[in-house]
Amino acid sequence: MSNVWESVEPRVYESQIKVPYAWQAGETASRFLLTLKNEKKFLGKKCPKCAKVLMPPRKVCPYCFVETGDWVDVSDEGVIETFTVARRDTGIMPLKPPFVYAVIRLDGADTGLVHLLGEIEPGAVRAGMRVKAVFAEERTGKILDVEHFKPV
Amino acid sequence: MERAAIVGIGQTKAAGRFKEFNYPELVYPAVVAALEDAGITIDDIDNVITTSNDFWDGRTIASMATGDVSGCWDRNISCVEGDGAFGAFYGMCRCLSGHYGTTLVTAYSKGSESISAYITNAAFDPIYVRSLGLDMVSACALQARRYMDRHNISEEQCAVVSSKNHRNALGNPNAHLHLDLSVEDVMGSRMICDPLKLYDCSPVSDGAVAVVIANEDRARKIGGKPAWIKGVSFCMDNYLLGDRDLAEYSALEKAAKKAYAAAGISDPRKEIDVAEVYDAFSYQELMWTEGLGLCEQGGGGKLAESGATGKTGDIPVNPSGGLLASHPVIAAGLIRIAEAVRQIRGEAGDMQVDKDVRTALAHGVNGVAGQSHCVWILGKE
Ligand SMILES: [Zn+2]
Repeated sequence: MSNVWESVEPRVYESQIKVPYAWQAGETASRFLLTLKNEKKFLGKKCPKCAKVLMPPRKVCPYCFVETGDWVDVSDEGVIETFTVARRDTGIMPLKPPFVYAVIRLDGADTGLVHLLGEIEPGAVRAGMRVKAVFAEERTGKILDVEHFKPV
Repeated sequence: MERAAIVGIGQTKAAGRFKEFNYPELVYPAVVAALEDAGITIDDIDNVITTSNDFWDGRTIASMATGDVSGCWDRNISCVEGDGAFGAFYGMCRCLSGHYGTTLVTAYSKGSESISAYITNAAFDPIYVRSLGLDMVSACALQARRYMDRHNISEEQCAVVSSKNHRNALGNPNAHLHLDLSVEDVMGSRMICDPLKLYDCSPVSDGAVAVVIANEDRARKIGGKPAWIKGVSFCMDNYLLGDRDLAEYSALEKAAKKAYAAAGISDPRKEIDVAEVYDAFSYQELMWTEGLGLCEQGGGGKLAESGATGKTGDIPVNPSGGLLASHPVIAAGLIRIAEAVRQIRGEAGDMQVDKDVRTALAHGVNGVAGQSHCVWILGKE
């Protein structure tokens, strides 16, 4: 095995797979994203069976296997459940490291939202801190219409 | 239940980069080794399950591309997308179905040929999550923080796991990394995603593994040293990270409970002689030992610190060095099964634990941050 490369040199074929997709958000996520964009408000959906408010909203409750019911207003403020400081640039990040990812439980929601933290030193972040959404100036109906969450 | 056994195991060494083989070719030596180990030929194989992920392979319908090197021509072949422990579950079901006496199960990947963060980022929901740039490491860091906060687990306790497993891997000829790391070395390594440091994270390896599963009739005919499947189960948690309490592991608890019930295990800490668990990150070994009932909730850190999970402890965990020393993605869970078989046979060499192994546990994970768990109980008779 060790002298395999005496008579032939290794060839490497460099390439990439690039496939365009157009993912439909569906009725539920579309309403949520448009409300973020137009009204700077978070909407959740309530499960008629377990009564959990799912935010981001889903058409089907992940716990109960039933269609969710009423739309519910959820606050733009909440609590950090957990966080991490991303320090290594993976090449697919929306911000330059170091920056902070967090799971945030907004007031009125029973599930967490994964998002970014800003306007705070990464080293000062703690679970349990209260944060508030900061909306982007230009909003296009995407999850990054919320630029980040900042300490209250 | 009808019985089935693992009658052959084979694997390549795990490595940072295999240049001698292209990715399908890498599977061939593992399959040849598994057949040789079972003392059979490809003609004795009734059907084949390959385990792979098209993104890691960079090829769609990847099972078709590894058919030739898995002896699939003219045979029934199916593919499981995910971890090898789940592929083996399907392989076992086929043996128990009455249609096949033997199943060859393969699992492989060449992590060196792509960029892991790009691939694991694509595991996230494109509408709500993916554009945030999350990958396996950052998502697991969110889980680590939540778990460590909940139970006052220290970074040092996680480092104990990493040091133990890396030192165990010094005795594993198939390991990717052979590093004599102390707790201080782990603590001093570069921070990647707080609280995960470089040596809290498994490497991305190239590697392939194959096992042969047989129903009782065929296992008796094949002879050798069958490792009998005493119980196996898997269970899944929710997809979105925010729908889960990341400090909890209810899916693992449920899978373990069912596997233990099938195997007649009531006190896993006493009745399991050795465990190979899916330690993609050091904190995960702590969490999973709790979820498997090897200690109480929140007790994983103290269990590791006590030395009980060391090779000479009363419940050795990952004497092979686990994923922290070798992580061919997809193959990792099936490698846990192969290592458990070695321990049962008493053929684990320098990895062999210091007691008579009658019952061994192997554990695989699929999905982000332990979304889905597969628990195997293997035994001598
Ligand atoms: Zn519900």
